Amino acid sequence: MSDDPHMGDPRPDVDPRVTSPTREGLAGTAPVSLYVRTRDQITIAPDFKPPEAQPAWRRDFPIDWPQDQYVERRDFMKFLVLTSFAFTTGQFWIAAQQWWQRRGEVPGERRIAAVGDLAVGGTVVFDYPGEHDPCVLVRMSADEYVAYSQKCTHLSCAVIPQPEEGVLHCPCHEGYFDLRSGRPIAGPPNRPLPRIHLDVRDGAIYATGVEWRTT
Amino acid sequence: MAKPDYLHFFIDPNRCIGCQACVQACTECDTHKGESMIHLEFVDREESVQTVPVICMHCEQPTCAEVCPADAIKRTADGVVQSARKPRCIACGNCVMACPFGVPEVHVPEQIMMKCDMCYDRASVGKKPMCAAVCPSQALFFGTREEIEQLRPMSAPINQFQFGAQTITTRVFVMTPRGLTARAPYLDVTAAMDERPHPRAVTLKMLPAGTAAGAPAGLSDGALDPFADVEV
Repeated sequence: MSDDPHMGDPRPDVDPRVTSPTREGLAGTAPVSLYVRTRDQITIAPDFKPPEAQPAWRRDFPIDWPQDQYVERRDFMKFLVLTSFAFTTGQFWIAAQQWWQRRGEVPGERRIAAVGDLAVGGTVVFDYPGEHDPCVLVRMSADEYVAYSQKCTHLSCAVIPQPEEGVLHCPCHEGYFDLRSGRPIAGPPNRPLPRIHLDVRDGAIYATGVEWRTT
Repeated sequence: MAKPDYLHFFIDPNRCIGCQACVQACTECDTHKGESMIHLEFVDREESVQTVPVICMHCEQPTCAEVCPADAIKRTADGVVQSARKPRCIACGNCVMACPFGVPEVHVPEQIMMKCDMCYDRASVGKKPMCAAVCPSQALFFGTREEIEQLRPMSAPINQFQFGAQTITTRVFVMTPRGLTARAPYLDVTAAMDERPHPRAVTLKMLPAGTAAGAPAGLSDGALDPFADVEV
């Protein structure tokens, strides 16, 4: 080669900014400032029509990541307000429901079993006060009976009385209740089981009321 | 991090020698370790050994994303169409059917679509994707437009493709002879599918009959131009 390295070379001269010693990038690239261009982030639809002419689902399901991730401040505020409104309304709804329940609550007496039907340590399942409120009656000793709602206060699984251990066991999440008081002693439940008041007379056991307890 | 604006992918199928280096390198990519996302296809295996590497072209109008019912295929702001989002992809295979270039793959055991994402872990920090880093003939090239103009003065990059009624503009460029791009700055792929290669006359410079042993019969009368073109 002669002293001119480009002699006879048909290729155009390189932009000095590209080959300069301070060039950037691992691939031997030009500085970023060389390539300033604004990119339209809007996905070009296959029919090449403008975004306004596109169906609404294109705005809801954009292909571009920045648009997909973008949350408008107005949308976020809407979400906040509506969610808090829903929660507040829910609270009032629950309170109203409870009030109605309490108001109409006059649980009558119901005969559960005859005294002779269950031995000491025996159990009877019954429904009280409604048709779908399962409860369990346990004979602790000759003249001592306890009855609780069978719905675990954690997630309403059915508790299983274990009179020989003196506990009620909830198999769903290994919750334990004291058989004598109905209070939680182990596992996730925090509140005691609702207690069913009993009345033993004339050789039969009657349920007379429900005691809802929170502590 | 995003792929720098000034770096582009250029495919030059003419230069592909079918060495499979890109396929092997692709399996090393950290975004899809062990799986090769590149397709090294024979153009017409019966007729020729010519291969062409097919990577994701990163369309401006990604058909795979258009047809995705789960909204799983997203394109980042740098124009790179990413593999399906794992929590969203239902492995229905719509994208596999829809992609005009045949790029996405559904991996049934993992229930996920995977595709070439231009080695996003590398390209997003300015490194060459694995295939471009290893390609010995630089059929796969990743760099600036200035570089490619320097390296391939006879070719021009195009990024418009016609598939029937669908026109697709891509982020990845294909190098085509300048003469062709001057006539039509896009590739009509569907039309080219039926096109047969023209039988081309390959010219060989022949020595006079007396000096070369074993000259073809018909050229041995001595009256021929020693530099005549001979059809083979």
